Amino acid sequence: MTVEEKRAWIMAAVSPGAFAVYAAIILVRAGGAPLRDVPYVSTMLWTIGISIVVSIVLHIVAAITSGADAHKKDVRDREIYRFGDTVGQVFIFLGAVAAMGLAMAEVSHFWITHVIYLGFAVGTCLGSLAKIAAYRDGIPDC
Amino acid sequence: MRTRVTNTIRALRFARGEMTQAELGDRIGVTRQTIIAIEQGRYSPSLEMAFQIARVFGVPLDEVFQYADGDAK
Repeated sequence: MTVEEKRAWIMAAVSPGAFAVYAAIILVRAGGAPLRDVPYVSTMLWTIGISIVVSIVLHIVAAITSGADAHKKDVRDREIYRFGDTVGQVFIFLGAVAAMGLAMAEVSHFWITHVIYLGFAVGTCLGSLAKIAAYRDGIPDC
Repeated sequence: MRTRVTNTIRALRFARGEMTQAELGDRIGVTRQTIIAIEQGRYSPSLEMAFQIARVFGVPLDEVFQYADGDAK
Protein backbone atom coordinates (compact mmCIF):
# COMPACT_ATOMS: atom_id res chain seq x y z
CA MET A 1 0.00 0.00 0.00
CA THR A 2 1.36 3.42 -0.95
CA VAL A 3 1.72 6.27 1.53
CA GLU A 4 -1.01 8.13 -0.38
CA GLU A 5 -3.49 5.29 0.18
CA LYS A 6 -2.54 5.12 3.85
CA ARG A 7 -3.15 8.88 4.09
CA ALA A 8 -6.61 8.37 2.62
CA TRP A 9 -7.34 5.69 5.25
CA ILE A 10 -6.14 8.02 8.00
CA MET A 11 -8.37 10.89 6.86
CA ALA A 12 -11.33 8.54 6.36
CA ALA A 13 -11.00 7.49 10.01
CA VAL A 14 -9.83 10.64 11.81
CA SER A 15 -12.33 13.12 10.40
CA PRO A 16 -15.58 11.27 11.23
CA GLY A 17 -14.00 9.93 14.43
CA ALA A 18 -13.32 13.46 15.66
CA PHE A 19 -16.84 14.53 14.74
CA ALA A 20 -18.33 11.53 16.56
CA VAL A 21 -16.31 12.27 19.72
CA TYR A 22 -17.31 15.92 19.54
CA ALA A 23 -21.00 15.06 19.03
CA ALA A 24 -20.91 12.63 21.98
CA ILE A 25 -19.40 15.30 24.25
CA ILE A 26 -22.03 17.86 23.24
CA LEU A 27 -24.94 15.41 23.61
CA VAL A 28 -23.74 14.34 27.08
CA ARG A 29 -23.26 17.97 28.08
CA ALA A 30 -26.77 18.86 26.88
CA GLY A 31 -28.32 16.13 29.00
CA GLY A 32 -31.74 16.58 27.39
CA ALA A 33 -31.65 20.39 27.31
CA PRO A 34 -31.98 22.19 23.94
CA LEU A 35 -28.73 21.70 22.00
CA ARG A 36 -28.51 25.31 20.87
CA ASP A 37 -28.01 26.39 24.52
CA VAL A 38 -24.98 24.10 25.02
CA PRO A 39 -21.57 25.88 25.07
CA TYR A 40 -19.68 24.33 22.19
CA VAL A 41 -17.11 26.71 20.74
CA SER A 42 -14.04 25.72 22.79
CA THR A 43 -14.93 21.99 22.53
CA MET A 44 -15.25 22.26 18.76
CA LEU A 45 -11.97 24.15 18.41
CA TRP A 46 -10.16 21.65 20.63
CA THR A 47 -11.63 18.69 18.74
CA ILE A 48 -10.61 20.13 15.38
CA GLY A 49 -7.15 21.03 16.73
CA ILE A 50 -6.58 17.58 18.22
CA SER A 51 -7.82 15.83 15.06
CA ILE A 52 -5.34 17.87 12.99
CA VAL A 53 -2.48 16.92 15.34
CA VAL A 54 -3.55 13.25 15.35
CA SER A 55 -3.72 13.12 11.56
CA ILE A 56 -0.28 14.76 11.27
CA VAL A 57 1.20 12.23 13.71
CA LEU A 58 -0.44 9.32 11.85
CA HIS A 59 0.81 10.68 8.51
CA ILE A 60 4.34 10.79 9.93
CA VAL A 61 4.00 7.24 11.29
CA ALA A 62 2.67 6.05 7.91
CA ALA A 63 5.59 7.72 6.12
CA ILE A 64 8.18 6.22 8.50
CA THR A 65 6.75 2.70 8.41
CA SER A 66 6.40 2.55 4.62
CA GLY A 67 9.11 1.27 2.35
CA ALA A 68 11.00 3.61 0.02
CA ASP A 69 8.94 2.37 -2.94
CA ALA A 70 5.71 3.44 -1.24
CA HIS A 71 6.78 7.10 -1.20
CA LYS A 72 6.81 7.45 -4.98
CA LYS A 73 3.92 9.33 -6.53
CA ASP A 74 2.86 9.35 -10.16
CA VAL A 75 0.11 10.43 -12.53
CA ARG A 76 -2.32 7.79 -11.20
CA ASP A 77 -1.89 9.06 -7.64
CA ARG A 78 -2.56 12.60 -8.84
CA GLU A 79 -5.69 11.49 -10.75
CA ILE A 80 -6.99 9.62 -7.70
CA TYR A 81 -6.24 12.62 -5.48
CA ARG A 82 -8.20 14.91 -7.81
CA PHE A 83 -11.10 12.44 -8.00
CA GLY A 84 -11.30 12.12 -4.20
CA ASP A 85 -11.09 15.87 -3.74
CA THR A 86 -13.91 16.39 -6.24
CA VAL A 87 -16.14 13.94 -4.35
CA GLY A 88 -15.29 15.57 -1.02
CA GLN A 89 -15.89 19.08 -2.30
CA VAL A 90 -19.45 18.18 -3.29
CA PHE A 91 -20.34 17.59 0.37
CA ILE A 92 -18.42 20.64 1.58
CA PHE A 93 -20.37 22.66 -0.99
CA LEU A 94 -23.68 21.14 0.18
CA GLY A 95 -22.76 21.99 3.78
CA ALA A 96 -22.00 25.58 2.78
CA VAL A 97 -25.29 25.91 0.87
CA ALA A 98 -27.22 24.46 3.81
CA ALA A 99 -25.46 26.89 6.16
CA MET A 100 -26.34 29.78 3.88
CA GLY A 101 -29.98 28.70 3.92
CA LEU A 102 -29.97 28.48 7.71
CA ALA A 103 -28.34 31.93 7.99
CA MET A 104 -31.00 33.40 5.68
CA ALA A 105 -33.67 31.82 7.85
CA GLU A 106 -31.92 33.40 10.88
CA VAL A 107 -31.52 30.06 12.59
CA SER A 108 -29.30 29.85 15.70
CA HIS A 109 -25.53 30.16 15.11
CA PHE A 110 -25.22 26.74 16.77
CA TRP A 111 -26.89 24.97 13.85
CA ILE A 112 -25.10 27.02 11.18
CA THR A 113 -21.71 26.19 12.71
CA HIS A 114 -22.57 22.51 13.00
CA VAL A 115 -23.88 22.17 9.47
CA ILE A 116 -20.57 23.60 8.22
CA TYR A 117 -18.55 21.28 10.49
CA LEU A 118 -20.65 18.29 9.42
CA GLY A 119 -20.11 19.22 5.76
CA PHE A 120 -16.34 19.29 6.29
CA ALA A 121 -16.36 15.99 8.21
CA VAL A 122 -18.57 14.17 5.69
CA GLY A 123 -16.70 15.70 2.74
CA THR A 124 -13.30 14.68 4.10
CA CYS A 125 -14.50 11.18 4.98
CA LEU A 126 -16.29 10.46 1.69
CA GLY A 127 -13.53 12.07 -0.35
CA SER A 128 -11.02 9.78 1.36
CA LEU A 129 -13.26 6.73 0.88
CA ALA A 130 -13.54 7.64 -2.81
CA LYS A 131 -9.73 7.70 -3.02
CA ILE A 132 -9.50 4.29 -1.32
CA ALA A 133 -12.11 2.86 -3.70
CA ALA A 134 -10.21 4.33 -6.67
CA TYR A 135 -6.95 2.75 -5.43
CA ARG A 136 -8.67 -0.63 -5.04
CA ASP A 137 -11.04 -0.76 -8.02
CA GLY A 138 -9.96 2.03 -10.32
CA ILE A 139 -11.27 5.51 -11.04
CA PRO A 140 -14.88 5.34 -12.26
CA ASP A 141 -15.76 6.87 -15.63
CA CYS A 142 -17.54 10.15 -15.00
CA MET B 1 -14.16 -0.49 -12.12
CA ARG B 2 -12.54 -2.64 -14.78
CA THR B 3 -11.44 -0.98 -17.96
CA ARG B 4 -12.26 -2.58 -21.32
CA VAL B 5 -8.66 -2.08 -22.32
CA THR B 6 -6.87 -5.39 -21.90
CA ASN B 7 -3.13 -5.86 -22.12
CA THR B 8 -0.35 -8.39 -22.43
CA ILE B 9 2.15 -6.58 -20.22
CA ARG B 10 2.58 -9.52 -17.88
CA ALA B 11 3.39 -11.89 -20.73
CA LEU B 12 5.71 -9.34 -22.34
CA ARG B 13 7.56 -8.81 -19.05
CA PHE B 14 8.21 -12.51 -18.72
CA ALA B 15 9.24 -12.75 -22.36
CA ARG B 16 11.81 -10.00 -21.67
CA GLY B 17 13.79 -11.88 -19.06
CA GLU B 18 11.20 -11.66 -16.29
CA MET B 19 11.34 -7.89 -16.07
CA THR B 20 9.87 -6.86 -12.74
CA GLN B 21 6.92 -4.49 -12.36
CA ALA B 22 9.18 -2.08 -10.46
CA GLU B 23 11.72 -2.15 -13.29
CA LEU B 24 9.06 -1.42 -15.91
CA GLY B 25 7.67 1.33 -13.69
CA ASP B 26 11.12 2.91 -13.36
CA ARG B 27 11.61 2.79 -17.14
CA ILE B 28 8.45 4.82 -17.80
CA GLY B 29 8.42 6.92 -14.63
CA VAL B 30 5.49 5.42 -12.71
CA THR B 31 5.17 3.40 -9.54
CA ARG B 32 5.03 -0.39 -9.25
CA GLN B 33 1.45 -0.01 -7.98
CA THR B 34 0.45 1.70 -11.21
CA ILE B 35 1.94 -1.12 -13.29
CA ILE B 36 0.02 -3.61 -11.14
CA ALA B 37 -3.20 -1.61 -11.63
CA ILE B 38 -2.66 -1.49 -15.41
CA GLU B 39 -1.93 -5.22 -15.61
CA GLN B 40 -5.07 -6.01 -13.62
CA GLY B 41 -7.22 -3.70 -15.74
CA ARG B 42 -7.93 -1.31 -12.87
CA TYR B 43 -6.30 1.66 -14.55
CA SER B 44 -6.23 2.83 -18.15
CA PRO B 45 -2.91 4.46 -18.94
CA SER B 46 -2.78 7.64 -20.97
CA LEU B 47 -1.97 7.28 -24.66
CA GLU B 48 1.52 8.62 -23.99
CA MET B 49 2.13 6.10 -21.20
CA ALA B 50 0.81 3.31 -23.43
CA PHE B 51 3.30 4.26 -26.14
CA GLN B 52 6.10 4.38 -23.56
CA ILE B 53 5.23 0.86 -22.38
CA ALA B 54 5.15 -0.42 -25.98
CA ARG B 55 8.52 1.23 -26.63
CA VAL B 56 10.09 -0.48 -23.59
CA PHE B 57 9.07 -3.84 -25.04
CA GLY B 58 9.93 -2.81 -28.59
CA VAL B 59 6.56 -3.83 -30.00
CA PRO B 60 3.65 -1.97 -31.66
CA LEU B 61 1.03 -0.49 -29.36
CA ASP B 62 -1.67 -2.98 -30.35
CA GLU B 63 0.55 -5.85 -29.33
CA VAL B 64 0.48 -4.50 -25.77
CA PHE B 65 -3.05 -3.13 -25.52
CA GLN B 66 -6.31 -4.43 -26.95
CA TYR B 67 -9.81 -3.03 -26.74
CA ALA B 68 -12.50 -5.57 -25.95
CA ASP B 69 -15.27 -6.00 -28.52
CA GLY B 70 -18.75 -4.69 -27.70
CA ASP B 71 -20.78 -1.52 -27.85
CA ALA B 72 -18.68 1.57 -27.29
CA LYS B 73 -20.07 4.02 -24.74
